Amino acid sequence: MATNTQVTVVLDETTTVAPRLTALQILHDWVTTVDHKKIGLMYIGYALLFLVVGGIEAILMRIQLMIPNNTFVSPQVFNRLFTMHGTTMVFFVGMPILFGFGNYLIPLMVGARDMAFPRLNAFSFWVAAFGGFLLYFSYVGGSGLYGAGTAPDVGWWAYAPLTAQAFSPGHSTDYWTLSILLGGIGSVGTAANIVATAICMRCPGMKLSRMPLLVWLYLVMSLMVFVTISPLTAAQIMLMLDRYVGSHFFDTQAGGSAVLWMHFFWIFGHPEVYILVLPAFAFANEIIPVFSRKAIFGYPAMVAASIGIGFVSLSVWAHHMFTVGMGPGANTFFVLSTMAISVPTGIKIFNWLATIWGGKVHFTASMMFAVAFLFQFLVAGLTGIMLGSAPFDWQLSGSYFVVAHFHYVLVGAILFMIFSAFYYWYPKMTGRLLNERLGKWHFWLFLIGFHLTFDFMHIPGILGMPRRIYTYEADRGWMLWNMITSSGAFFQTMGILIFVYNLIWSYFKGPIAGADPWDAWTLEWSTPSPPPVYNFAVIPSVESRRPLWDLKHPEDPDSTYE
Amino acid sequence: MFTIATIAIFMSPDVVHGRTSIFSPQATPAHLIYGLSSLVLSFTLGIFLVVGGLLLYSLIRFRHRPSEADATREPAQIYGSTQIELSWTVVPVLIVFMLFLATARIIYSTERATKPSSALDVVVIGHQFWWEYRYPKLGIVTANELHIPVSDPKRPMPTYLTMSSADTNHNFWIPQLAGKMDVIPNKVNTMWIDPATPGLYLGQCAQYCGTQHAKMLLRVYADTPDEFATWVSHQQQPGVQSSAVTEGRSVFEHNACISCHTITGTVATGRFGPDLTHLASRETIASGAVPNTEANIRKFVDDPAHFKPGALMPPMHLNNHDLDAVTAYLMTLK
Amino acid sequence: MDSTWKLPSRGVVGMTCLILAESAIFLIFVVAYVFYIGKSLSGPTPREVLTLPIFATICLLSSSVTAHFAVSAARAAKQSSCSLWLAATLVLGGIFLGATALEWHHLIYIDGLSIRTNLFGTTFYSLVGLHATHVIVGLFMLAIALAFSLRRPAAEKDAERLHVLSLYWHFVDAVWVVVFLVVYVLGR
Repeated sequence: MATNTQVTVVLDETTTVAPRLTALQILHDWVTTVDHKKIGLMYIGYALLFLVVGGIEAILMRIQLMIPNNTFVSPQVFNRLFTMHGTTMVFFVGMPILFGFGNYLIPLMVGARDMAFPRLNAFSFWVAAFGGFLLYFSYVGGSGLYGAGTAPDVGWWAYAPLTAQAFSPGHSTDYWTLSILLGGIGSVGTAANIVATAICMRCPGMKLSRMPLLVWLYLVMSLMVFVTISPLTAAQIMLMLDRYVGSHFFDTQAGGSAVLWMHFFWIFGHPEVYILVLPAFAFANEIIPVFSRKAIFGYPAMVAASIGIGFVSLSVWAHHMFTVGMGPGANTFFVLSTMAISVPTGIKIFNWLATIWGGKVHFTASMMFAVAFLFQFLVAGLTGIMLGSAPFDWQLSGSYFVVAHFHYVLVGAILFMIFSAFYYWYPKMTGRLLNERLGKWHFWLFLIGFHLTFDFMHIPGILGMPRRIYTYEADRGWMLWNMITSSGAFFQTMGILIFVYNLIWSYFKGPIAGADPWDAWTLEWSTPSPPPVYNFAVIPSVESRRPLWDLKHPEDPDSTYE
Repeated sequence: MFTIATIAIFMSPDVVHGRTSIFSPQATPAHLIYGLSSLVLSFTLGIFLVVGGLLLYSLIRFRHRPSEADATREPAQIYGSTQIELSWTVVPVLIVFMLFLATARIIYSTERATKPSSALDVVVIGHQFWWEYRYPKLGIVTANELHIPVSDPKRPMPTYLTMSSADTNHNFWIPQLAGKMDVIPNKVNTMWIDPATPGLYLGQCAQYCGTQHAKMLLRVYADTPDEFATWVSHQQQPGVQSSAVTEGRSVFEHNACISCHTITGTVATGRFGPDLTHLASRETIASGAVPNTEANIRKFVDDPAHFKPGALMPPMHLNNHDLDAVTAYLMTLK
Repeated sequence: MDSTWKLPSRGVVGMTCLILAESAIFLIFVVAYVFYIGKSLSGPTPREVLTLPIFATICLLSSSVTAHFAVSAARAAKQSSCSLWLAATLVLGGIFLGATALEWHHLIYIDGLSIRTNLFGTTFYSLVGLHATHVIVGLFMLAIALAFSLRRPAAEKDAERLHVLSLYWHFVDAVWVVVFLVVYVLGR
């Protein structure tokens, strides 16, 4: 058993002065790096770039939809815009940015020097990055026979048989397929790295029950990746075979089934959104306690709830198919599983509430984004319950209500939590704090824009407006709500611009952060900011879930209570 | 503020009376859904008020006040409580269970409703980008404007729609009448509607099906019994053979029109495009996208992409004379 | 540093993750196969054209046994023994591939079943082909291992890596058991 009863965490005070490198040397260093921190930053930078691109696509769509029968963009362009917007945001913003944070933080949080497979890590990044490049290359290179189409325009779900050669000639659909296939390979590689790091590289004393909740959530998320991405990969292989080798997987003329694609896609698609949201929970689990000055309430319950969410999410997929005609038995089953998942999810919200309760809440920019996350995720979950009630879904599905719901989760919960994570960990990554005043401007502008757009977006859905339409009839009463929705885009853009400015300005002029600007408790705060390439001068060993709390409060260590 | 907004929205005229509002039900399936949705909404609103309220309270009550005496001291560290965890697991499970039962009931009421013998059968076939309607027992084939009889609750006469697609996935959605149902190739789906009030009910395709998905509109005319009988007998007639437009009919029959369209009583038996036998009796063309006027028909035949870029009908490249003639002909097809 | 702090091997965990992901891909192809049983509109049916590939199966499953012995030999640092067992694994795997190729040749040119013939052809060739691809990859890796084994005796790290590779090979054989049962037993 453990021979040392002291927590060994050495606060590294070394200040290394690196020799000045040429631009070419710096580029070479980054391109060939296998250091998890650099790879993490590359993921994040890459994702931010695509966030801007996806955002521009959204703005163009919102301009087109402001008034009925608008001619700002053609139907063909609009259909490509919503396909590219969805594909970009899910696969080339969401996944990379979350893997980026995971890559950066996990080895630091478990007291390791790098991920389990550093070269696989680099490979995964570059493969995924190439996928994103390939998707956008479709604008240039997509013209197949008849010069038909450039970027894909089949929607990000690419339902068969719209994707068959007969209905989508040319190569636009193939760019969709191949770019995501590559992204998927990168995701599986990174997930394997995360699992192996969390299981095999924890520092001495860090039993699984002492692992930070962020690492737990990334562990569950990565395990989900294996069984989630694969169905999509398989379906895409089948689609490519259909398109080029003449097979009949989804060929309804030969007896094939369009519904089969839907099942395969959503067996991927639903767990995928949980894969995207689990890291947001991970950030919340670290940030909310620190700014409430209290340990997370109910660590074991949080672990159990996360694992529960992971498992149940694999059984709810056909709630995206309530209108397909699966029959009352299947519909009823998926109602049950969908509603069941709200239980562990609710438990998490309650535990966060209990963490704040009795604490001392500091409203830093990071915490403000986290608070907004709590409210917005609550609303998103509740509209999810509405959608999970199949007959209600028979009206709401395929309408702007769904679009509002999932943007509430993706933007209101996940993106807000990502912003929170930026304000929290930027000092660790760069050594300087982000400007708090700019942060608050960012927060309020983005909050207003978010609510203008996505609160009011629920209404056209209720009024019967389907999604994926490039325009709408003037007599439906949808114009006012579409105008309000579109106006929010302006505020969100302002917020993002301020955020980007803050990121760049603070890198050069921000106040020096030091190792532990937030008085936090996990191992990453014991290294200098930014950490040296080797992370820890001495591999730490820990006795509790909050090793730095134990160091700072030797009279009242966590280890006595756990 | 959010709560007030929500309530205000649900009482607003747009929502209560909107022609495609899901909260303005005009047929039994839509009514059933409305009842269930009201229940679900009350539950979710209640949960929002309780949890949101507690959250708001905790953020205000427990905010850090730097001026306090013990501002720098860490608060009591509470690690958890099994009892509390259990209580906020059990209560949600009960709520979920109740919602589930209520939902299951409506699923079965709608999907397993007994079909009365008086029901009207209509076959719906979705195309890129128009709707084909066939009344097998009445020998009628038409397109884009669906006529059905109203259904008196005392003597129900619902319309049962049997649906499939000729190409990609579509979806039939008339919010005031029923929930939506996918229209899928190589699959047959069924739904039923029973509007009690005569009138025109609007909707549109709700599953992305290609370039002109947005303009694949739905128009359902719920006719009184007399109106419906008149309409049926009219539709059962073959295409009008007016001697005033023989030239136009000749243009039609000697061009590619006949390979896609049907006009009963002529050589045109194409099935790729809408049946035009009674085109002039419809209020709109291009699946509800364009009012049915002489000028619009002429323009549509000349260049469909003018109204529906990406529509599968090619421009017919007729000279002005032939265009005028064939338009005059089409206008006689009442 | 605490010498009793022992965590699982990275290689084993990583390979398990890969196996999990690959199993999910295979599962989807199996589901497609099962879903489309009996649904072909025309063309040859399984009963008409498939015969149980008993010999090929015995070869493949035996190759798992030889692979296991190769790992044991590596662990015991018996260089020539290890090389021999690896070579046997390669030969047995190669026979399996050859038998598959013969079977496909017969199906395509004599029975008239290709991937585009009907739903059976589509799902058969894709599932069995996916498996064959994994066999090829495995044989490729085993050949590299054999090359190393011939050049020098196995150190502890090599034995560990060979063990991880053998896990992949056992997985490939396990998938074959499933494919065999679904395609040649259940599906006929």
